[in-house]
Amino acid sequence: MTNVVEPGHRNSRVVLDADDMARALTRLAHEVVERTHGATNLTLMGIPTRGADLAARLALKIESIQGSPVPVGALDVTMYRDDLRLRPARALLPTTIPEHGIEGRLVVLVDDVLYSGRTIRSALDALSEHGRPQAVQLAVLVDRGHRELPIRADYVGKNLPTSKSEQVSVHVLERDGIDQVTIEQSS
Amino acid sequence: MKHLLSAGDLSREQAITILDTATQLAAATAQGVGKLPPLRGRTVVNLFYEDSTRTRISFEAAAKRLSADVINFSAKGSSVSKGESLKDTALTLEAMGADAVVIRHDASGAPHRLANSGWISGGVVNAGDGTHEHPTQALLDAYTLRNHLKNNQGDLDGVKVAIVGDVLHSRVARSNVLLLRTLGAQVRLVAPPTLLPIGVNTWGAEVSYNLDESITDVDAVMMLRVQRERMNAAFFPTAHEYSFRYGLNANRMKTMQDHAIVMHPGPMNRGMEISADVADSARSVIVEQVANGVSVRMAVLYLLLGGTEGI
Repeated sequence: MTNVVEPGHRNSRVVLDADDMARALTRLAHEVVERTHGATNLTLMGIPTRGADLAARLALKIESIQGSPVPVGALDVTMYRDDLRLRPARALLPTTIPEHGIEGRLVVLVDDVLYSGRTIRSALDALSEHGRPQAVQLAVLVDRGHRELPIRADYVGKNLPTSKSEQVSVHVLERDGIDQVTIEQSS
Repeated sequence: MKHLLSAGDLSREQAITILDTATQLAAATAQGVGKLPPLRGRTVVNLFYEDSTRTRISFEAAAKRLSADVINFSAKGSSVSKGESLKDTALTLEAMGADAVVIRHDASGAPHRLANSGWISGGVVNAGDGTHEHPTQALLDAYTLRNHLKNNQGDLDGVKVAIVGDVLHSRVARSNVLLLRTLGAQVRLVAPPTLLPIGVNTWGAEVSYNLDESITDVDAVMMLRVQRERMNAAFFPTAHEYSFRYGLNANRMKTMQDHAIVMHPGPMNRGMEISADVADSARSVIVEQVANGVSVRMAVLYLLLGGTEGI
């Protein structure tokens, strides 16, 4: 409950509230089903921490549309980051691979915010350690621009034009006690 | 933290960070990821002045799984046998660009000397020094305890451990007492009075001379190696008597709690401090300890070398 930003908090504004987030995720679920022709070979891999939370939700929404469960896992990218040496060693987060793995599957990576694209580059490297998917796609709740690598999302919950001095924070109910996306000036 | 010299240097948070990191690294290994990239381009030197099988192989495997380059140096067959000092060896390693030195030495305090002398700029990991400390052994023991008794979560609050045997000469016992207490466990040292060091009452561990009374209420019994080479030094009358009073056999094991585990840092003297049927029983986690050692050493190397500076 520590990261909850009260609406009206100084320098911070809510750009997506709980209802907006739910609608965006529902739309993403429908888009994924449509673009993957029924999601039959689909595996979702969320990037911890909040990407993994969103992947679990997305899987439930797709299941409610298609009627069959979607394999969902988590993929920690920490050790594959290109800025590992630029900061103190970071704690590792859980990686969970669904029962039948990712070999030959259509993997959709799920993350909360797409920014420089470097996390996704790391994720592609991390993913390749676990097998060779048929294809990899990317779903994000928020695309805030400022890419530094040739990476784009296949499914976007909300395009959010930002300046680099701003900070976008995604809060999820299961971790932060509230569903919302806020944007604030970083100090 | 740049070095790992003593288990006593670790705060509870740091120790838990190492154990949590080891848990994730063990999971990656279990998922079939044989090699991880974070130490690519880093050089780890294993500087071993004393014989060792599992510790040296374990550090080597750990460093290689993290993609580090590994240079193994053992005193036998090196210039040390021509009389080269630790200082000159260290300066040589520094000139070769070692990012970390894992050192085992028969002199207590050698890792501390190496870390604080200014001879080398890299990190130092103590892999056992004399009768002083063996912090990564304590970490792997804590990991094993947490895995069996705490579902791989948090600290060891409320866990009771009996450490049995040659406490006097055991760096494993010293490091374990320090770390287990930091993590909230209760430690009981069980040994004949001749094998307990002076001042053991200041360690913050309970002391007992009676094994039978000491194992019925604990969650784990950790047997220490009896060093046969010291048997003639009159620490105890005969091997048979030691085994009779302080050896863990099947009858004694029956008096332990159902969930309690049996540990041993290795190498074992089967029939001496531990009977073969106990060592091979379902309660024995001795082989797991070896596997956990690799994960824990990976965690230590990752946290010391993976970022700008260590934990």
